[in-house]
Amino acid sequence: MKAYFGDFGGRFVPELLVPPLEELEKAMETYLTNPLYTSELNSLLCHYAGRPTPSTFCPNLSRELGFKLYLKREDLLHSGSHKINNTLGQGLLAKRMGKTRLVAETGAGQHGVATAVAAARLNMSCLVFMGKVDVERQASNVARMRLLGCEVRPVLDGTQTLKDAINEALRYWISSQADTHYCFGTAAGPHPFPTLVRHLQSVIGQEIKLQINDREKKNPDLVVACVGGGSNSIGAFYHFLEDKNVTLVGVEAAGTGTPGCYNSAPLNLGSPGILHGQFSMLLQTPEGQILPSHSVSAGLDYPSVGPEHAFLNATGRVHYGLVNDFKALEAFKILSQSEGIIPALESSHALAWVLENRKEIKKDQVVVVNLSGRGDKDLDIAREHLDF
Amino acid sequence: MSGKESVLTECILKVKEEGRCARIPFVTGGVPDKDSFWDTLAELEENGADIIELGVPFSDPVADGPVIAAASHRALSRGVSLAWLLDGLMERKYKVPLVIMSYANPLLQYGWSKANGTSLEEIRDASLEILAEHLFKAGIKGVIIPDVPLDEAGPYQKALAAKDIDLIALVGPNTSLERMEEYAKTAKGYVYVVSVMGITGAREGLPPEAIDTLTRARSVFSLPLALGFGLKEPGQVRGLSSTPDAVIFGSALVKHLEEGKSAADFMKPWLVG
Repeated sequence: MKAYFGDFGGRFVPELLVPPLEELEKAMETYLTNPLYTSELNSLLCHYAGRPTPSTFCPNLSRELGFKLYLKREDLLHSGSHKINNTLGQGLLAKRMGKTRLVAETGAGQHGVATAVAAARLNMSCLVFMGKVDVERQASNVARMRLLGCEVRPVLDGTQTLKDAINEALRYWISSQADTHYCFGTAAGPHPFPTLVRHLQSVIGQEIKLQINDREKKNPDLVVACVGGGSNSIGAFYHFLEDKNVTLVGVEAAGTGTPGCYNSAPLNLGSPGILHGQFSMLLQTPEGQILPSHSVSAGLDYPSVGPEHAFLNATGRVHYGLVNDFKALEAFKILSQSEGIIPALESSHALAWVLENRKEIKKDQVVVVNLSGRGDKDLDIAREHLDF
Repeated sequence: MSGKESVLTECILKVKEEGRCARIPFVTGGVPDKDSFWDTLAELEENGADIIELGVPFSDPVADGPVIAAASHRALSRGVSLAWLLDGLMERKYKVPLVIMSYANPLLQYGWSKANGTSLEEIRDASLEILAEHLFKAGIKGVIIPDVPLDEAGPYQKALAAKDIDLIALVGPNTSLERMEEYAKTAKGYVYVVSVMGITGAREGLPPEAIDTLTRARSVFSLPLALGFGLKEPGQVRGLSSTPDAVIFGSALVKHLEEGKSAADFMKPWLVG
C-alpha cells in the first residue's frame, strides 16, 4: 500500500507507533475487501446509519441561480454527519483486529459523537480526547458522548484545541496499542489513515454518481465540498477523479477574512511541512512551529489538511477555494430559508462558494454540494452573528 | 559516507572502559531561561555529563510527557528556536559532545526559505543540507528525531552523514528483532533504547520490558546502547541483568532546573553510580 500521494503523506511518527500502524495496514489488506466485513458494514450503514442518503434537488435555489443544484444529504445520517461512515468502518475493523476499545480525538465533537455511537453499537469501550477550550464551547456534544457511555478527557496541553487532542490521542495510543484502536477522524495523519478514511468515505461520491446519473442521465458538472482535514471532500471526490469532465472544488475556511487573520486554509495560505505524522500543507511560522487556526465552523478549524488534498492541489485536479466566516453564515441562513434545510456551518462553506461563484457556472449545469452535516449544533454560534 | 569513527561512539566506549555507564543529560533549549541555559550546560559537563542532549522546542511534541511538553511551550514563549540555539553554540565551546533532539518540522523548515529546487524533493534536500552545514558549524555530533522512524529517515540520514553527524536510531519494547536489524544497517553513534511503551517522563523503577528490549538490541547492534525515557535516578539501572552503556535522563532534570535548583545538585547521585 502506498504511503505517499505524490510528494505528500508518509508516516512521521515515533518508532513505537510504527507496529500498530503496520498492523492496521495489514488488517486493511485482509478485511476491507472481505465479503463478510463488507456485508456487515453495508448492513450497518443501511439499517443503522441510514444509507444511502438522498441527493436532494433544490427547486427554489436552482430557479434563482439558473443551474441545477443538488445537495448530497450526509446531514440525514445517524449522529448528524458523514463521520459515522468512518467510525463504523474502523470500529468493525478494530473488532476483527481483536481490539476492545476505541480512542479518538475530536474538535467540535462530531467525530467524538460518531465514535461513541459506533463503540456503543459494537460493544466496545470508548475514550475521546478533546481540547479543554473545545470541551467548554461544545458542551452539548460532550454531554452526548457521556450519555453514550464514552469517557471524554479534556486536554490541557498547547492551544487546548483539536491539534492538541490529536497529540494526546497519539501519546495515549503508544501505551494502549495492545487492546486499543485509534479511530482517526479525518483523511489525514500517518499512513494508512488517509487511505483508510478515504476508502470508508468514498461511499459518498459513489452514491452521488449513481443518483445523479439516474436523475440527470449524466455525471454532475461540478462537485463542491468543504475541506478541514478533508474526509467528506475526499469521500465526495474520489470516484470522480478519473472523470475529467467533472469539476471538483474543495472549499477551505478563510476565518474572518481580514488580511493576516488566523484561518483554516493551509492549501491556499500555508506551506509544506510535517505535523501529526504527515508531510502536507501547514499553517506554520518560518521556524516550523504550528500556528493556531480559526474558523467560525469548529469542524474546519485545523492547521493542516490531508495529504491527498495537498497532492490534488499540486496537480491541479481539484480547485481549492476560500470562503470566510461571514459568507458561510449567510449561506447557512439562505439554505435554511429557501429549502428548509439547516446545514452545518462546515457544509455552509461549500454552499457559499457556489453562491459566490454563480456567474462562473453555466445555465443548466448540474452542481452537487456535499452537505456533510446538519446545522442544529451550530445554532448558538449562528445566533451570535445572525438575526433570526 | 565518510569512514570516520563516530565521536559519540568513541566517547561512550571510553567511559565503558572506565567501568561505568555514560551519563547523558537532556535539557530543553532555553531552560530554565535563555541566559542561564548556557551556564547550565557548562555546569552539566563539569559535573559528570559525558554527552549532552539539547531539546529543540516544538509546538506539538507528540512523544513527550507533560514535563518536557510544558518546558517546550514555555521555551517557545521565550523566543527559543533552533536558530537561537545554533547561534549561541557557535559563540561558545563545550568539551563534551552535543546532540540535538528535535521533531522533524523545525529541522525541515530551518533552511527551507533559503533552499533552491524545482521540486519539493529538491527543496527538502537543499533545506536539509543547509541544516547539516549549520549543525556542523555549531559543533553538533548527533541528531535525534523522535518522529522520523526508519522508513522516513533516508533524506535526513544522507544530509547529516555528509557532515559526519550521526542520526541516532530509536528502538523500543515493540521493535522487532527484524526491524532492529534494518535499523542496524545505517545506525550510527549510539542506539537510543526507549525503556517503556510510552512517552517521556520520570517513572518509578524500570518496566520489565526494558530488559528484554536491551537484550534484543544487544544481540543486533554493535553500537553502544543508551537507555532513556522514565529514568530519574541511578538506582533504576543498578544491578540489571542486561545493562545499558549509557543512560539518558530528561524530564527529572528539566523539572529540577525549572524549580530553580542547580544542575550540579541533580548530577550528584549519578556520579556515584
